[in-house]
Amino acid sequence: MVFLFGDRDSLRRLPRLLPAQVAPSWADLIAFVALAAIAVSILRGAHEMGAPLSALQARPVTLNPARLPEYALLTTLRMFAALGASLLFTFVVATLAAKSRKAELVIVPALDILQSVPVLGFLTFTVTFFMGLFPARELGVELAAIFAIFTSQAWNMAFSFYQSLRTIPKDLDEVARQFAFSPWRRFMRLELPFATPSLVWNMMMSMSGGWFFVVASEAITVGKTTIALPGIGSWLSLAIEQKDMRAVAAGVATMGVVIVLYDQLLFRPIIAWADKFKFEQTASGDRPRSWVYDLFRRTRVLRLTAAPLMWPARLLTMIDWPRARRPQIRLTPTAERAVSYAWIGLVALGALAAMAFIWSFVSRTLTWHDVLIAFGLAVLTLVRVLVLIAIASVIWVPIGVWIGLRPRWSARLQALAQFLAAFPANVLFPFAVALIVGWRLNPNVWLSPLMVLGTQWYILFNVIAGAGAIPGDLKEAAGVFGLKGWQWWRRVSLPAIFPYYVTGAITASGGSWNASIVAEAVSWGNQHIEAAGLGSYIAKATVAGDYARVALGVGVMSVFVILLNRVLWRPMYAFAERRLRLD
Amino acid sequence: MSVALQGQPLVEVKNLRHLYGKPSDGELLVLDQVNLALGENEIVGLLGRSGSGKSTLLRSIAGLITPTGGEIDFAKNPDGSGPVAVSMVFQSFALFPWLTVQQNVELGLEAKHVPAETRRKRALAAIDLIGLDGFENAYPKELSGGMRQRVGLARALVVDPDILLMDEPFSALDVLTAETLRTDLLDLWCEGRMQIRSILIVTHNIEEAVLMCDRILVFSSNPGRIISEVRVDLPQPRNRQDPRFRILVDDIYTRMTQRTAGDEARRSDGLFPGVGIGMLLPEISTNALAGLMEAVAAEPFGGKADLPELAAALHYEADELFGVAETLQLMRFAEVEGGDIRLSAAARRYVEADTDARKQLFAQHLLAYVPLAAYIRRELDNDADHELPAARIREELEEMMSPGYAEQTIRAVVAWARYAEAFAYDEGAGLFTLENPS
Repeated sequence: MVFLFGDRDSLRRLPRLLPAQVAPSWADLIAFVALAAIAVSILRGAHEMGAPLSALQARPVTLNPARLPEYALLTTLRMFAALGASLLFTFVVATLAAKSRKAELVIVPALDILQSVPVLGFLTFTVTFFMGLFPARELGVELAAIFAIFTSQAWNMAFSFYQSLRTIPKDLDEVARQFAFSPWRRFMRLELPFATPSLVWNMMMSMSGGWFFVVASEAITVGKTTIALPGIGSWLSLAIEQKDMRAVAAGVATMGVVIVLYDQLLFRPIIAWADKFKFEQTASGDRPRSWVYDLFRRTRVLRLTAAPLMWPARLLTMIDWPRARRPQIRLTPTAERAVSYAWIGLVALGALAAMAFIWSFVSRTLTWHDVLIAFGLAVLTLVRVLVLIAIASVIWVPIGVWIGLRPRWSARLQALAQFLAAFPANVLFPFAVALIVGWRLNPNVWLSPLMVLGTQWYILFNVIAGAGAIPGDLKEAAGVFGLKGWQWWRRVSLPAIFPYYVTGAITASGGSWNASIVAEAVSWGNQHIEAAGLGSYIAKATVAGDYARVALGVGVMSVFVILLNRVLWRPMYAFAERRLRLD
Repeated sequence: MSVALQGQPLVEVKNLRHLYGKPSDGELLVLDQVNLALGENEIVGLLGRSGSGKSTLLRSIAGLITPTGGEIDFAKNPDGSGPVAVSMVFQSFALFPWLTVQQNVELGLEAKHVPAETRRKRALAAIDLIGLDGFENAYPKELSGGMRQRVGLARALVVDPDILLMDEPFSALDVLTAETLRTDLLDLWCEGRMQIRSILIVTHNIEEAVLMCDRILVFSSNPGRIISEVRVDLPQPRNRQDPRFRILVDDIYTRMTQRTAGDEARRSDGLFPGVGIGMLLPEISTNALAGLMEAVAAEPFGGKADLPELAAALHYEADELFGVAETLQLMRFAEVEGGDIRLSAAARRYVEADTDARKQLFAQHLLAYVPLAAYIRRELDNDADHELPAARIREELEEMMSPGYAEQTIRAVVAWARYAEAFAYDEGAGLFTLENPS
């Protein structure tokens, strides 16, 4: 990325410590081979994506283990393509929202809603759209899959970037203005670095979220068309269809390996590097470490090989786009107010038009009765979400506190919890089906835990972080006054972790709604089991190609998610921020 | 008032006026009729209380704020290459944490498209000059506060400004570090080793101003005006113990506590901006109020103290001391005039009394002399349930001041009323009540 290599000084510091020899070190060799391998595989994967659709049908996805690495590679490429698109989207849209009040008026609420809307439901529409865009090319389906992943990644990244831009420290802003930075330099030197730590964190969250959708988006069935792109997602759905437990296990294991690999090779180094962008005046005690990052900084040949690659990036920091000469129009306050009212009016009009459009589309096939049914099912799903979050909280809060108070455990288990949160739980669903069918359990009850299977970890690792952050003097004071048992929980640990818990619970609840679409209707070969709820309603409508019901289901779910956020989570969050902050 | 300058001024400020906030939500006049001329080869200090608009003036000259009215004229460079250049040093250092010392210093040159090699040379020269050798590749978070401010100084100097603007450059540093930095800067200045032609420094530290400046412009607050100009002719380096130095400091204290309009009616109303319940109250803790009364009542002061002496004895900045003293004056516990503070009879009673009696006395004065407190108490007494939503008070205040100031005023009055047990405030419900848990 741009500024790491834009500043030679940070890199210049280490070589001085090394003996001045020309022969490459062992580290050089490893790093070089790794880089070459990555380059070759990217080229291969990209070549395959450009093929026509017929080629895809000629080479259907098979459960041949030899092809698993290739599938894994293709899936990973899709994920990163989507991440790249999300990044681009973030820079453009979030910057626009931060710089223009008029754009902000539209973008911020839109992002807020998109963040909490079940994106799985959109799949139906986007696949149709992209296939129409590139008829008979694999590219169309590829783009649809990438777009599906994109829709699960982009919003929180854009939101975090927007918030960073809005909270640029005033004094740094004044320095930039005093030295008359061009907008481009301001972006490269001030805004992007300042936003980097939270953006990186959100990219990781997005990546985790993306896995969930890969499985759903690679093998797409819309109405009568079924397309399986080569990838782990298709592998898994084929394995499920054929009831091949070993193939499922192999797919899951591969996915685990891929997650560990990109975490170690990409995100850890980025986090270690991004630490320098943290806006703090004193160096914090423990800095995030990464062996890859250290390797990179220690390895001469690797740096030299990378240098030409990074040259364009460095150039980006150097060049200074000429300031866009905009005629400065000075409006009188009245005129300005008139313009902004006109804009608000325009936005309102657009919203009305959109509503009318949706209504005309939906009302052709749906009646009020359908709406009522969707609402009833939504209530069922709501009960599931709330009960399961409550159960998960009762289980994980005490465990998280216990772990968080023991630093030696918490470092390791925290990483494990984050890995589990990144792991797409939906690939484990078939096992649950086997159990439910085998023991003849009631699917309405026993399918429900699947919804929190992947999301409960957010509660766990946030609670661990919260318990770890309880100040030492507070713990000592509790000890001196002999606070024990329930009193200790009520007066010390629960209030202290509450803000962290709320953050985790919000994420978990949002994820659970999304998961309901895949968790309430699960198949294992020819066995389908279903729980009554809005998730299975949307899933069924998608399979049937019933656009109107998909739209209705997604709409109702969005309303519920947003209401739950406003009525429950936001007030809790505000309370935590106001009363329970420990600083 | 203006002292004649030799030659043409580098920058001339004429009739500067600045309003904060929109007319709709209560605007505040921060600068009014400010005239200033900065000449060649002088250090000029802007001295005033926080909120007297001196930082606003500095930022207007730096081009960071567009003032509501008035003019700022810069002289032309002798070689005709455009107007004189300014550069600024910030109170908070304002360093980019992701850039090394050298990159931070090069920042301004980079924006001016100076070629990389020249940039490096000039940055190294500035780093050298300011005593940062060996720290080139360090990141700001690895440096102490004093070293950070040196980076801020090097960054400002490297662009070769004609005028150096300094916004309370030493106030975020501890006393010893500040002293070292000040001395180093003065040495560089006196030896002519910096390219700058003039320095304009904002401070609220009176001794700092007398130590550094050739001229001091004293600001009044609410609105910010220049009330007097003091010329300091003592030779550098200056000695704090020099009797002439002490006289100057005393003189400035007197000027800063002088009332512009001496009539009795304005006695309390003129202290803080706004009148009646719309008075903007400072957040001064009741402990500080009690502490000051006790300190002045005790020996060696015995009820009347010279403010500079008191500040030195209590290790207070003049600015902090003024805030506490004037709050006491608002509540008629003390009288501040001519650089002195004199306790009232009530304050002497307060100092002698026990905790409960102190609270009662404080409550009496709070309700008698702080209009907002009296108003809230009256509303509570008149209400059937003895409840009053804080939102209502906030709205009323926001008609007279900005939301931020309204918030501060409410926090101040709540803190005082809680101590006085005059009324209670339930933060969660946003309610004023009369129920005091007893």
